[in-house]
Amino acid sequence: MRMRTIELGVGAFILAGFLALMVLMINVSGLSLSSNDEGYKIYARFENIGGLTVRSKVTISGVAVGKVTDISIDPDAIKALVEMEIEPKYDYLTLDSSASILTAGLLGEKYIGITVGADEEMMAEGDEIEDTQSALVLEELIGKFLFNKVSE
Amino acid sequence: MIDQLQALGFTGMNKLAALGRSLIMLFHSICAVPNPRVGIPLLVKQLHFVGVLSLIIIVVSGLFIGMVLSLQGYTILVDYGSEQAVGQMVALSLVRELSPVVAGLLFAGRAGSALTAEIGLMKATEQLSSMEMIGVDPLRRIVAPRFWAGFISLPLLTMIFSVVGVWGALLVGVDWLGIYEGSFWANMQAAVDFRTDVLNGIIKAIVFGFIVTWIAVFQGYDCIPTSEGISQATTKTVVYSSLAILGMDFLLTALMFGDL
Amino acid sequence: MDSLDDYIIEIKGMSFSRGDRPIFDDISLRIPKGKITAIMGPSGTGKTTLLKLIGGQIRPDSGCIQVEGLDIPRLSRSELFEVRARMGMLFQSGALFSDLSVFENVAFPLRVHTQLPEDMVRDLVFMKLQSVGLRGAVDLMPSELSGGMARRVALARAIALDPDILMYDEPFTGQDPIAMGVLVKLIKALNKTLGHTSIVVSHDIQETLSIADYIYLVADGHVVAQGTTQQLLGETSPQVKQFMQGLPDGPVPFHFPAPDYLRDMLGGDGA
Repeated sequence: MRMRTIELGVGAFILAGFLALMVLMINVSGLSLSSNDEGYKIYARFENIGGLTVRSKVTISGVAVGKVTDISIDPDAIKALVEMEIEPKYDYLTLDSSASILTAGLLGEKYIGITVGADEEMMAEGDEIEDTQSALVLEELIGKFLFNKVSE
Repeated sequence: MIDQLQALGFTGMNKLAALGRSLIMLFHSICAVPNPRVGIPLLVKQLHFVGVLSLIIIVVSGLFIGMVLSLQGYTILVDYGSEQAVGQMVALSLVRELSPVVAGLLFAGRAGSALTAEIGLMKATEQLSSMEMIGVDPLRRIVAPRFWAGFISLPLLTMIFSVVGVWGALLVGVDWLGIYEGSFWANMQAAVDFRTDVLNGIIKAIVFGFIVTWIAVFQGYDCIPTSEGISQATTKTVVYSSLAILGMDFLLTALMFGDL
Repeated sequence: MDSLDDYIIEIKGMSFSRGDRPIFDDISLRIPKGKITAIMGPSGTGKTTLLKLIGGQIRPDSGCIQVEGLDIPRLSRSELFEVRARMGMLFQSGALFSDLSVFENVAFPLRVHTQLPEDMVRDLVFMKLQSVGLRGAVDLMPSELSGGMARRVALARAIALDPDILMYDEPFTGQDPIAMGVLVKLIKALNKTLGHTSIVVSHDIQETLSIADYIYLVADGHVVAQGTTQQLLGETSPQVKQFMQGLPDGPVPFHFPAPDYLRDMLGGDGA
């Protein structure tokens, strides 16, 4: 009988452990149970990516539609080449869309915001966003300000 | 001077010999096909002793750590207007670092020392010898179930620690300090990645469970069979386990989150 | 001395050292079958080690240890397992498994070495406990037993498989007179009724002499004297005499080696 309570206790313990795992999966890390469809990859080149990192959000009108999957230097144009993966259901990115690197909050992380254009054709795998705006770099801003001040 | 050097070398050789003995003990304990009819009840009993009885300290510690993190985080972040980030801050700290390490340290202190003392006492009262004389290998009957129990328990305890900690953070942050619950969860879910954060934390816990239980069981098995020897062995268990956890934590963090 | 009895255990030219310290140096013993043989000697001569060597827990550095014709140090694991079913050992402190009840402790060797059904195991456990007088304690835990009772339960466990050889490691040490009397009676009675060979390692002269059929006196790593009780009491060598009569000073000196007494006393007083 003592053995029985021990067995019950151990069973409950293991169950609690697995429940904790479930909670961690769903509530804490927001793992979506939907299948991970491979999104399509698009590219963009920037002068300066600021503090953008891999896994940063890619948004349209502030809604997350994908993430940054790779950042490298384009050896031909000496610019930063950013590779993004967009979820397949967002297939209305026109060819003339523009991408800017924005900041979330005051201390916030950098993310990419895409503004959809008016073209009739949509982006597909491997396409590149031509119209890009680099991140705001504080030094350049101050430089511009001083320059303007001086020329006044 | 020469004497000190000699003593140092002697100690070093002893430690190396002990490491070798512990590897041999490990090999004999786990590299054997267990008899399920006998093995499973023994394992269940040890899971109770090592896991279930550690629950209280794990849950209470997890709760308090989560609450404190939330409180401290709020006080700092509120100056930047970023108090909604408390949820993600607490969750990331817990899941990546604090849960495996703190749960591991508590486990080493509570379950590790208990294992060492129990096995050491069995050695001192000649129970291990008499078991051998009856023809039962004490490594398989006494050491192996305890080893597996520790190895299984610590990851489970770590996950429970994380969940209770997040709940504690919820209590303090949302119910007391008034953070908006929606953004608490939303920011957390956006920031915590299952594969990189949660899974890595669990891997850490598995590694720690292996190391702590191995040290605890070996110190008990190898101790000098007197009461003084047992007390030395339990101290060694707690000290070595703690150092091993912190050292392995750095190594694993560098491997997982750094770019080693 | 050399009777027609055959010998169940023969140790020939065995040497064993622990680290640098030699414990046994080319020692030879023969244990007669079916009798109570006592191995006595001053503390620390490794008498318990001898039992462990016979039981195969440790291997000697050289020499052979033959039990029922089998050379123990050279047996394989499974062969050793078989032999151990025929040996029972009573440790000094009883060494009952602290997490099992009295019943489970006595049943342990039965469960390990036999596939007997539960009701047979139960009957056997009760029989063994009855023979040591502790059938009523069957459901207690070892922590609830007194020292003497624990030893008797350990004895019941040691005879659970009706072994051919029973080894007692210092059974009389630290016991009160009643417990001592009980143990002496049990050892003698069991030997007579079950007909096994008993080896008693002890340094309690009185009790051991009252039950031993043959005695070996071991000191400094080899046999110093052997014989029946009468023969040893009649021995004239000073070493044997000192031990048998419990004399405080003799070949084993009273004073631990120390510098000159007068010098020590004067030196302590200063210049």
